[in-house]
Amino acid sequence: MAAVEQMYQEIILDHAKRPHGRGLREPDRSGLRTAEAHHVNPTCGDEVTVRAQLDGDRLVDVSWEGQGCSISQAAASVLSDLVAGRPLSDVLARYDAFHAMVTGRGTVQPDESLLEDGVAFAGVARYPVRVKCALLPWMALKDAVARAAAAPEEEN
Amino acid sequence: MTATAHTTGLLDPVELDRIRADFPILSRTVRDGRRLVYLDSGATSQKPACVLDAEREYYERHNAAVHRGAHQLAEEATDAYEAARATVAGFVGAAVGEVVFTKNATEAINLVAYSMSNAAYAGEEAARFRLGPGDEVVVTEMEHHANLVPWQELCRRTGATLRWLGVTPEGRLDLSDLDRVVTPRTRVVAFVHQSNVLGTVNPVAPVLRRARAVGALVLVDACQSVPHHPVDVTALGVDFVAFSGHKMLGPSGIGVLWGRRELLEAMPPFLTGGSMIEVVRMESSTYAPPPQRFEAGVPMTAQAVGLASACDYLSALGMSTVAAHEEALTVYALEALGDVPGLHVLGPTDVVDRGATVAFSVEGIHPHDLGQVLDDRGVAVRVGHHCAWPLHRRFGVPASTRASLYLYNGTDDVDVLVEAVHHARRFFGVA
Repeated sequence: MAAVEQMYQEIILDHAKRPHGRGLREPDRSGLRTAEAHHVNPTCGDEVTVRAQLDGDRLVDVSWEGQGCSISQAAASVLSDLVAGRPLSDVLARYDAFHAMVTGRGTVQPDESLLEDGVAFAGVARYPVRVKCALLPWMALKDAVARAAAAPEEEN
Repeated sequence: MTATAHTTGLLDPVELDRIRADFPILSRTVRDGRRLVYLDSGATSQKPACVLDAEREYYERHNAAVHRGAHQLAEEATDAYEAARATVAGFVGAAVGEVVFTKNATEAINLVAYSMSNAAYAGEEAARFRLGPGDEVVVTEMEHHANLVPWQELCRRTGATLRWLGVTPEGRLDLSDLDRVVTPRTRVVAFVHQSNVLGTVNPVAPVLRRARAVGALVLVDACQSVPHHPVDVTALGVDFVAFSGHKMLGPSGIGVLWGRRELLEAMPPFLTGGSMIEVVRMESSTYAPPPQRFEAGVPMTAQAVGLASACDYLSALGMSTVAAHEEALTVYALEALGDVPGLHVLGPTDVVDRGATVAFSVEGIHPHDLGQVLDDRGVAVRVGHHCAWPLHRRFGVPASTRASLYLYNGTDDVDVLVEAVHHARRFFGVA
């Protein structure tokens, strides 16, 4: 299989066409810390906004909006599947695993138990220019979570 | 149109093969043995062997710091550098003393913008370059960031206001409100000669006429015009022209600012240091006349020599020949791409006042994804906003795919591109 087909696996194209978690929403629960982060890839103009809500050390809600290539949009879709409802330690472990995989130039064996559909992005590692596309929503997530963690608890 | 009408002006296949043989990189393959179809000359052109040889010969035979030292190599290096200046000047119809070498066109434009803000601290001779609140700088919506951001920054530093001319839906400069945008408050009008996205060649005369009527300086970004058709900077009649060496078969790291002599003489320096001085004392210094005043430090000598070799190469072929080939190829490309379902060209769809840059979108495929699949077929195009983000916003698209053609491209390259776009439509399920 050509490298380009390894990158554009069916699973990625599916996520890009029918993305999960897309559309910024008001979190269901009030009184929790919420923040969002907007990240742009200045080389191509792709952008994504990720909104995160924390309940203590748990990421209870995540939603996103964005426009861009199928890699960045599918990455955002997979991200929302992987991290919603998880403790922050899990979120961070998944961020680290995804980051290591796509920046690993093909040398990192992805952990499927952690990354699930995310392992489909292993092929991105062959294309250094596209690594940023795959990481764009993850960087935004990390930022949003950090901002939410620093935010004051909302008044009920 | 008939096939013969399409091909009038095209280099004949034997000549095209001969030209391609001059470019070593065109014989390599990419991505698992594919022939390289290089359609990204608008970003940077490939280099013929003569340019590479000229740089190598300079280093092997003459290398020394120019305008310093009395040894033989210093003399030869200085001669090589100044001869390169004369060649480049001749190539664009300039007087030798009006050609300033810079790192690239971006630096050339920044040189003017920074010299203008430095005019606030210079003598009366620089008064005409001073800007302040109430003054205006005019650009266009189709500028490359290199001819936009430096002017935004100049306005920020001086308190002047930035204004701009719009772009019509057909991708032409909207001159309908020229008199409203360019007013007696306008001090500088800076605009692109040929759009790096739309391919549009802008009419210089009406803008220049209006600028002259209000006493504004005029700078033309000629990065996409000088490499592709004959340009005589003196005949253009403007005040400053900037272009890059690397887009016209020359090395990277060399660009040109052409300026009218009396303006360069009155303009304060941008970068200061060695080479650009007249007398230096501990308290203060005086500066050399142009062009040296604007060339602080040891210059990019090998790159200047390489650029001169590129000019010679283009002159030997003839810029009219280059322009005719590109025009015929553009006709061919516009027609072939126009037949692809869901493909929309940004910019003029005829070749009247239009260069060989064709940017387009394909329904249902993001340019980044399209570029990746084209790359897999050996086709190198540019994807993204091509450093013209506001222009893309104007057309309501975040990005586009751009094929930019040059003298070493042929209809075979266009055929590969078009077939690869068809393939991409199947690949992403939009065919």
